Amino acid sequence: MRIDVNTFLGAYPYARVPGTSPAALLAAMSRVAIDEAWVTHLPGLFWRDPTEGNSWLYDTCRASPQLQPVPAVHPGLAHWQDVLNEAVEHRAAAVRCDPGCFGLEPAGPELRVLAASCAAVGLPLMMAVRLEDGRQRHPNDVTPELQPAAVRALIRSDADLRLVVTHADRAFVEEVHFGSTPAEAGRIWWDICWIWGPPEDHLAILVETVGVERFVFGTGQPLRIPETSVAKLDLLDLSPEQRARVESGNVLDALRPR
Amino acid sequence: MMLIDVHAHFFPERSLRADWRAYNASRLKAGERIGVTMHVTSTLGTFGRTSPTYFPSRADIVYGNDFSLALERQHPDRIRGYACVNPNYTDHAVAEVARCRAAGMIGIKLAASRRANDPLLDPVCEVAQKHGLPILHHIWQGRRRDWPGQEASDGVELCQLARRHPDVSFILAHIGGGGDWRHTLAVVGPYRNVYLDLSGSGVDGGMLEACCKAVGVHRLMWGSDMTMETGWGKLRYLEHLLPAAELESVAWKNAVRIFPPGSFPSD
Repeated sequence: MRIDVNTFLGAYPYARVPGTSPAALLAAMSRVAIDEAWVTHLPGLFWRDPTEGNSWLYDTCRASPQLQPVPAVHPGLAHWQDVLNEAVEHRAAAVRCDPGCFGLEPAGPELRVLAASCAAVGLPLMMAVRLEDGRQRHPNDVTPELQPAAVRALIRSDADLRLVVTHADRAFVEEVHFGSTPAEAGRIWWDICWIWGPPEDHLAILVETVGVERFVFGTGQPLRIPETSVAKLDLLDLSPEQRARVESGNVLDALRPR
Repeated sequence: MMLIDVHAHFFPERSLRADWRAYNASRLKAGERIGVTMHVTSTLGTFGRTSPTYFPSRADIVYGNDFSLALERQHPDRIRGYACVNPNYTDHAVAEVARCRAAGMIGIKLAASRRANDPLLDPVCEVAQKHGLPILHHIWQGRRRDWPGQEASDGVELCQLARRHPDVSFILAHIGGGGDWRHTLAVVGPYRNVYLDLSGSGVDGGMLEACCKAVGVHRLMWGSDMTMETGWGKLRYLEHLLPAAELESVAWKNAVRIFPPGSFPSD
């Protein structure tokens, strides 16, 4: 089984990207043998109220059981607790908050309250380091990238918080992992989409140094083609058990809502 | 199906990488798994150890090219080389191309020692034409400012050079290698002697379709550069996107067409 924890639906504001419809995402999943995808409403991330895309997301996921909603929560808006409760009611896979997109301090008071609330309701909190390579962004896209220090601060802020961080590279993972206690680091999962394979072998090194249990399969599609993450695993010398952990086992064991 | 990686690098001992042996072994191992028939490599001097990667000294140029030639001899069935030159040393660059071609190299690598539209590149292009060698040129897609450590060129500047040398084939490096690839695609269409290499860590949705539309499949070449998993991902995506005959063009036939006859085993 292969679960992609890092997918989006809907148009990207900074470039024309094909394959953003539910049908196209499902076709891409079929093409690369992805059984389940965790999905966020992409344009909503850039709206003043990012949660306005959540109802469409819930409706879409209800129609396609392979899609699991990851709704946006903006802890700077007054109704955020209702949005979080709604996510619980809809059995969301996780909730996401990208502080750079939302104009929030990444480890500031709003994020810490959200982190504690996610921990309390048993939902993982998802954040992206970036959505696009900083060298190619639209001139108006000045969204700051998530910094390792913010992730370290957040994971320390609540002992029950589970974080899923997407689009992180090797240096980011190492800085957070080895800058945290084992207990803290054990509550963070990293998607593999931005970690380099051979000949740099960043993912192979991280599997050895950080541990296979910390990684989950993710693609970033449709902003990125999903074939790359599968190829990355095909180039790794993992045992079938290790590969199964990355592809779905770690999600099923540790990231299901509690 | 043959698969030619037109943008590969191996690191020499005298570089800044202590893990150079492991890196090179990893490239070969991954290549076997992907099905790479031939890695066409360039060595940019000492990659920063005794002169800057993108501004290699004459001594480092010779050292790097000798390293590539040694790799060719060590792996005659898997590795071919580009002669890397620095056009700021014009006479040396021209002589080095001739030396490396005589020793078996099949192309020229220009990195970022001088802007692509600079007249100093003309003698290098003339020697490329004389020997029938394609030029792989490092490109920053849509450069909006100078970047430290290199005098990077973008697609507009490379096309100016290509217009001056219509009988030379230019491989515009790593369309997925950073910067705005849309900026490049907007300019390259009319320049029939400019080919795009698909390497780079970028795997943006829509990029490959846009490349096909901008220049057609007969001007695309597969490559990996520093990330082989992104190369394999793009190859797999192209398997879905293109008919088999067009996929073969991108995978190897276009390369065979522009490199000197006999460069690859199937020639």
